[in-house]
Amino acid sequence: MRTTLQELLASADGLPVIADGGMGTMLFNSGLANGESPELWNVNNPDKVAVIHRGYIEAGAQIVLTNTFGCNRYRLQLHKLEDRAAELNKAAAQIVVREAEAADHPVVVAGDIGPSGGILLPLGELAYENAVDAFEEQARALVEGGVDVLWVETMSDLNEVRAAVEGCRRAAPDFPVVATMTFDTHGHTMMGVSPEKALEGLLEMDLVALGGNCGNGTAEIEGVIRKMRAQNQDVVLVAKSNAGMPRLEGGRAVYDATPANLAQYALNVRELGANIIGACCGSTPEHIRAMNVALRNSVPTA
Amino acid sequence: MADNRPPSLEDLTTEELLEIMMDDLYDGLAEEIVAEVHDCLRRGMSAYETMTQGLVAGMDIVGQDFGAGILFVPEVLMAAKAMKAGMEVLRPLLTETGAPKLGKAIIGTVKGDIHDIGKNLVGMMWEGAGIEVINLGINTDADAFINALEEQQADILGMSALLTTTMPYMKVVIDELKARGLRDKYIVLVGGAPLNSAFAEEIEADAYCQDASVAVDTAKKYLAMRREEAS
Repeated sequence: MRTTLQELLASADGLPVIADGGMGTMLFNSGLANGESPELWNVNNPDKVAVIHRGYIEAGAQIVLTNTFGCNRYRLQLHKLEDRAAELNKAAAQIVVREAEAADHPVVVAGDIGPSGGILLPLGELAYENAVDAFEEQARALVEGGVDVLWVETMSDLNEVRAAVEGCRRAAPDFPVVATMTFDTHGHTMMGVSPEKALEGLLEMDLVALGGNCGNGTAEIEGVIRKMRAQNQDVVLVAKSNAGMPRLEGGRAVYDATPANLAQYALNVRELGANIIGACCGSTPEHIRAMNVALRNSVPTA
Repeated sequence: MADNRPPSLEDLTTEELLEIMMDDLYDGLAEEIVAEVHDCLRRGMSAYETMTQGLVAGMDIVGQDFGAGILFVPEVLMAAKAMKAGMEVLRPLLTETGAPKLGKAIIGTVKGDIHDIGKNLVGMMWEGAGIEVINLGINTDADAFINALEEQQADILGMSALLTTTMPYMKVVIDELKARGLRDKYIVLVGGAPLNSAFAEEIEADAYCQDASVAVDTAKKYLAMRREEAS
């Protein structure tokens, strides 16, 4: 069944909301080849994509992200799919919507918006307005496909987040938007943004929730949440940690955090003040299941 | 006449000029660097000396501070732009004067990956170290890498990947080198945020380089080893 993010947060009753885990690594487990477009699977292999969403839902995920991380025209260019941005985003949304509707608990469909892959002028070559256009195109299609919230993630540059949020606002003026950044470089984003600076900037964007995702593992995300919560006691915080770090096994990247490790991280990060807790690269429904069980079975000390 | 204008470059000693260059490079001041490079040449410094003492010295510190988390990508990009501006003046002169070349490298970001900051930085630093660099850009497949290595008779293959989903492609390239009996012909160095030494070992690369400065030291080390083996 469907619900909105606001409803989910309002009815949470002190418990954290469970978000889903990583998609890219799950797609590899399902046979996605090196260099193949993950987003094309929304049209060419929708059943395999649906199965992954279903796995997360059955593991307890209440927020499920669309398979659209690289689904903006700039990233799609790599696969010569830039003209199909709208089509692929919409198809991706429809897959999650179907799974959410069939779920036995309320699920929020989140439209995943990842980075453009470029760096904004003047440091890089991407004009701000062009970035906004690309994000608007993506957001519009996701909304048309039926998402409940737009979910900007894995960002390193505050200005790019601004461009993404602006694109979302142009596509759907009063639509809820969430944004998380990746603090994988000495406790900052790659572009040098600290969690504190990120919070400051993100608070100006009228978001429903904000926080950190991806990166180098659970300790890093725990640090991000701790710092953000110290600065602001009210904002809804999101934590979506990687399942540890990758190592190569049999030609594939395998992540070293077990479901038990992530269950502990879920408890830690809840303690530190995260309201929405999920995982990112390397996680599987098993990880989310363990996190869900741990969070539901423990009594918060605060 | 007494005034508060900073001294013009000609009034500085060469030592002072080089110090200012280091600061200006660190601060990413491209126009200033270009003027300073010209002044070095005006003083009779060779293009090679200007590059190593005027540009590379500053870039080394940028590289170190980047590795230490003092500088981040924006600052590094600005510094790299300043270095690039300086190199544009020097490069034609370097070829003219037959400046010492340590070796030749092919670099690229692997197939499926578009990230190139790290790779471009390494390319620049390798150039600064006297290695000729051919940058294949992003989304590079095994054939492109190997053809370039062979055509250019390069010494080093440098591969970069930023996504855990693309880094396995490095193994594809190395396996292809092996299949063609070419693996031992080249030094294979790999880099990128999700990588580590264990990964580099697994895929049978020669080494993992965690940042541009390490990449310079590693390339020099392996090239030196080669020269020794050859002699």
